[in-house]
Amino acid sequence: MDTQTLIIGLAGVLFAAAPIVFAVLGETLSERAGVINLSMNGSIILSAMGGFAVAYKTDNIFLGFLTGMAIGAAVALIVAFASITLKQSQVAVGFVLTLVSRDLSYFLGNPFMGQPGPRLSSLSIPGLADIPFIGPLLFKHDLMTYFSFLFIFLAWAWIFRTRPGLMLQGIGERPAAAFVRGANVNRLRYFYTVLGGALIGLAGPTYSLSVKAGWNGTISGLDGIGWIALSITIFGGWNPLRAAFGAYLFALLQWLGLVLQPSLPGIPSQVLQVAPFPLMILTLLFVNIGNAEWVERTLAAMPEPTRRVTAKVLRALRASPPAALGVPFERD
Amino acid sequence: MNVELRNIHKHFGKVHANNDIHLNIPAGTIQGILGENGAGKSTLMKILSGFIQADSGEILLDNQPVIIHSPADAIHHGVGMLHQDPLDFPPMRVLDNFLLGRAGGLFPDRKTVARDFTRLAAQFDFSLDPDSYVDSLTVGERQQLEILRLLWLGARVLILDEPTTGISASQKEKLFETLRKLAGQGMSIIFVSHKLEDVESLCGAVAVLQAGKLVGEARPPFPTKKLVEMMFGREISLGARQAASSGRSVLELRGVALEDIRFQMSGIDLDVRAGEVIGLAGMEGSGQGAFIRACAGLTRPVGGRVVLNGRDLTGKSYHVFKHGGVSFLPASRLEEGLVPGLSLTEHFVLAEETRGIFIDRTAGHKLAEGRIKAFNIRGTPASPVESLSGGNQQRALLALLKSPLSLVLLEHPTRGLDIESVIYIWSKLKERCKQGAAIVFISSDLEEVLQYSDRVLVFFSGKVSKPLEASKTTVEQLGNLIGGKDWESLDLEKAHVKK
Repeated sequence: MDTQTLIIGLAGVLFAAAPIVFAVLGETLSERAGVINLSMNGSIILSAMGGFAVAYKTDNIFLGFLTGMAIGAAVALIVAFASITLKQSQVAVGFVLTLVSRDLSYFLGNPFMGQPGPRLSSLSIPGLADIPFIGPLLFKHDLMTYFSFLFIFLAWAWIFRTRPGLMLQGIGERPAAAFVRGANVNRLRYFYTVLGGALIGLAGPTYSLSVKAGWNGTISGLDGIGWIALSITIFGGWNPLRAAFGAYLFALLQWLGLVLQPSLPGIPSQVLQVAPFPLMILTLLFVNIGNAEWVERTLAAMPEPTRRVTAKVLRALRASPPAALGVPFERD
Repeated sequence: MNVELRNIHKHFGKVHANNDIHLNIPAGTIQGILGENGAGKSTLMKILSGFIQADSGEILLDNQPVIIHSPADAIHHGVGMLHQDPLDFPPMRVLDNFLLGRAGGLFPDRKTVARDFTRLAAQFDFSLDPDSYVDSLTVGERQQLEILRLLWLGARVLILDEPTTGISASQKEKLFETLRKLAGQGMSIIFVSHKLEDVESLCGAVAVLQAGKLVGEARPPFPTKKLVEMMFGREISLGARQAASSGRSVLELRGVALEDIRFQMSGIDLDVRAGEVIGLAGMEGSGQGAFIRACAGLTRPVGGRVVLNGRDLTGKSYHVFKHGGVSFLPASRLEEGLVPGLSLTEHFVLAEETRGIFIDRTAGHKLAEGRIKAFNIRGTPASPVESLSGGNQQRALLALLKSPLSLVLLEHPTRGLDIESVIYIWSKLKERCKQGAAIVFISSDLEEVLQYSDRVLVFFSGKVSKPLEASKTTVEQLGNLIGGKDWESLDLEKAHVKK
């Protein structure tokens, strides 16, 4: 493979990862606040369909993106209401919503099946796009891909560098401690769940109006993306930079599955297509293995130098979830 | 800052948690608040710190009546509270914990904050690294961080809830020194504790709460005896006791060491003899829970040996202990002891170790009827366990015990039960002793401990006393010991007892 093809391929990976980046960032914000939005898989499909339908009807592509965000936010609002106000199980509500949203989008999306619709055009950044290697890799994309780059750093800076971001960590970690510091825990949880939902909802039209333009019902190939994004959120240790890295890793594995097909004729193409999913799960297992008690016991039995190094590596990789994830907050 | 509480009332359902409390704390005072668990100390402090609101009554700060809506509002008025388990964020850095909650711009100015932090820490000679993570700090250091934070936010009244639980002796010294210094600067310190020793060495005034009421106030020199009496209430009477037995050893602990999140215990030696009752006394969370779970095989000791009926079972699982004739009745009957949703019949069937996968309903029903009668349980075989009263749940648990047993471990066997149930349960337990079982139980009722035990172990902050002969111990002595006083006299007494 020559450099040219490689650069184009990698640029394609960044492009294809954009919707996953949106989804994992949205989920990260929501979970940082203590709410698991399990509706993500259905929410992405529904917003893809809704975004496409609106863009198709109005011929305004940006209305399509806004619709997607509104759908994601609306689904998240249901999750928030059920879990924060009604104090019901986030898992049960999210599961039902994911199924309902998915089937609803197949049903409502019927009239738009296979219609040629608008598609986001690419936007080279003058000057920057001409830099060798970096230009074609980073600066010849469409608007949503640029947004995906931007949002990674915005989300990271917000969570770790700003005062409200610290409080966001606080409400997901120990709501009672955030409360004594003056936070309105439940209102903030609503805010971040809905904001996160809007980002998840942005992933949908990024598929249907850009990455996999069009609406093709059950063969749109979107079912399952939400679940993988959910696991990437965990893999990412609730940190936007790590989560984005996970999203790119997944897109890279998918791309490799395609480009390696010709050079690995013995392996059926289906295997290569499915491989990214188990590979992601293996990565997840490896990253979080330090949490298990048996690992700690094995470590304790190791000779001292090995133990120290291994423990350090595992400690660096390991991420612990926000302690109050999924736990409703009640003022005493 | 002067703090005055007037006519504070607070109800939780039927419980009158605070009943007409008046308290006046002049600026510069260290005010101790003493009381048993559940006496209403925490409720009162939560009212003052804005966590909850009083049903009626007034709070005056520097003679101005104030209404405190929330903890954030409280600190706004200058009232800060240090919780027993400091309310901080363990996975975050010290500096982030420090600055979180203070108003300011979008991007906190960490440099200025760090300077404030270092300056404040230096004032009190605290050595805290602002860049370290809170989960790497000890409880004592986390308290120091919280104190600095509250001072930085402008606290003029500092409430400390059981601050000496889980910190080392040197950290305690430092804490006391800090509090004296703060009081010297005109702050009011409210020190909530059940540890007499701490209160007596630190406080300039003490108020005792009992069952929601303020039952007394005192100033130094403190009448220790009277304080103990006020804390534990009623006149205490000891009934007749039965002769201590001296059967063979059922359980032997040899140099057992235990670890809890809060403390380490080591070097525990004990022989529990057949037919004997051993009471474990101590304020809640002093180590007796970890101890009894180690006897049950539920927690693994970090050192020493646990020998049951001559077999070394150190590190073996609860099932091995159970097969060896040990039974454990935890305090939380519905969470750990019984299965909510299942009926009495189903419980008895489950407890019987029968073969086959199908349940013989008729036999189960008969079994349940028999046990219900034998143990005088108010309920039917079909009653779900959660519908029974506490006393009847406890009877059901006793009815579930296998026979024969060599060791019965009980946690608060009679907590919350009416006197009739208490007497009944102890009569059943004494029957077990006559059959050769040994009993080890935890209770916070000192009278019960002395009444029913042959020997008593006292726990205080992870320290374990030598076994005391119950017949030669008074409630006052025991009260002092669980409050952390008079431990020096123990060695002498032990020599005396062992002879």
